[in-house]
Amino acid sequence: MPNRTVIPFGPHHPVLPEPIHLDLVLEDEKVVEAIPNVGFIHRGLELLCEKKPFQDMVLVAERICGICSLVHGIGFVNGVEKIMNIQVPERAEMLRVFWSELSRVHSHLLWLGLAADGIGFESLFMHSWRVRELVLDIFEETTGGRVIFDAIKVGGVKKNINKETLDRILKQLEKVEEEYRQIADVFVNDFTIAHRWSGVGLLTKEQAITLGAVGPTARASGLAMDTRMIKYGGYDKITMEPIVETAGDCYARALVRVREVYQSFDQIRQAISKMPEGGETEAKVTGFPTGEYFSRVEQPRGEVIYYVKGNGTKYLERFRVRTPTFANIPPLVQMLAGCDLADVPAIVLAIDPCISCTER
Amino acid sequence: MFESQEYITIKKEELLEKTAPLFKSGHRLVQICCTKLPDKLIMDYSFDKDYKFIDYRIELPLEGASLPSITGIYFAAFTYENEIHDLFGINVIGNALDFGGKFYRINETAPFNKVVKKEVKNA
Repeated sequence: MPNRTVIPFGPHHPVLPEPIHLDLVLEDEKVVEAIPNVGFIHRGLELLCEKKPFQDMVLVAERICGICSLVHGIGFVNGVEKIMNIQVPERAEMLRVFWSELSRVHSHLLWLGLAADGIGFESLFMHSWRVRELVLDIFEETTGGRVIFDAIKVGGVKKNINKETLDRILKQLEKVEEEYRQIADVFVNDFTIAHRWSGVGLLTKEQAITLGAVGPTARASGLAMDTRMIKYGGYDKITMEPIVETAGDCYARALVRVREVYQSFDQIRQAISKMPEGGETEAKVTGFPTGEYFSRVEQPRGEVIYYVKGNGTKYLERFRVRTPTFANIPPLVQMLAGCDLADVPAIVLAIDPCISCTER
Repeated sequence: MFESQEYITIKKEELLEKTAPLFKSGHRLVQICCTKLPDKLIMDYSFDKDYKFIDYRIELPLEGASLPSITGIYFAAFTYENEIHDLFGINVIGNALDFGGKFYRINETAPFNKVVKKEVKNA
């Protein structure tokens, strides 16, 4: 039997923007087993529901993640609105879709840049983030924030966007998409990228199901699962099909994200075109939440779940968040078993880990 | 639009026999959640297939609560079961990857939920 060595990977590593730790059990250069450890930045945000009124918890939800702040806010209010029987105005629903998809574009561009950086493709990293800045400009103009927002509230949205601004954004989007296409073509066609990621970090469709994979990680293994298909919020008016690749490797995960950016551009245009002119952007909220609901929405990294339970007071009885990275840890353990040590950074990056979310 | 969700209350002795058929039929383990109420703990095991959400619910006492692990069926449950142990002090028996109260690497001693911890200590 070959000698086994345990190599610590993380919590600080050049490819990790946030701290996660893996104990890698090696036989020579092959990973035999990977044991994950989280908790380095555990914040206990779920318990804050005992101290903050349910309306204020929107701000907490929006600060769970620094990448998909808005989608967290939407996931939370979606649950509260369900148990309070609040009918959100259609314009507010479409504004939420607009910002959600803009979040997906900027999150995927961030990941594409980090992934390029992870394999030493520095110029592609810088171009990805340059284009991302154009998206953040739109966020800044429409919400006032570039990364963390305060645009969502129970019953609707806090900000509105006038028609002239939306028309200008549509033109800006054309520019962003044109710039993005040049980057996307590199990810799709470059030999080095395909060679580096193809066949690395394999996860079959069956494994994706049994291990509970979500988001691009699941869809890259041929699992056509996208929470937007349950048509929550304004997505009942948005036409879409999940983006699926079947290779189940790191390259497939990258391709899913590359294609999803185009899908999001399309959904942003749909949201703007289906947004009613004028009208309310928030519904009146009276009383306190009573009941419970598992709110499921699709973050850039996959399905996020907000469990909210109200007992008729202004404080929620339970506020629970299951983030996509948390769900993707068991699939990650599976992907790492049997891989080369040199491939570990690429595989870890490929699930687009967000430890800030996971540690909530 | 909100999806409809099915909540089914079961006994903890039924957990494994209810979970195994879901695995065979291709259901995905969506999440496991624990809720502490003034007089009891509520466990929710959620599954999904083709966007149909099913939730099995188990009521547990506040003191000395224990559960069988479902990691023999759904290995992915190890993260949730370790988390529930560390946060609420529930003893999960047979977890395939048991971190022994150190799933979260912080100085706080598990269980983190102070009220439960006090009650467990007093038990």
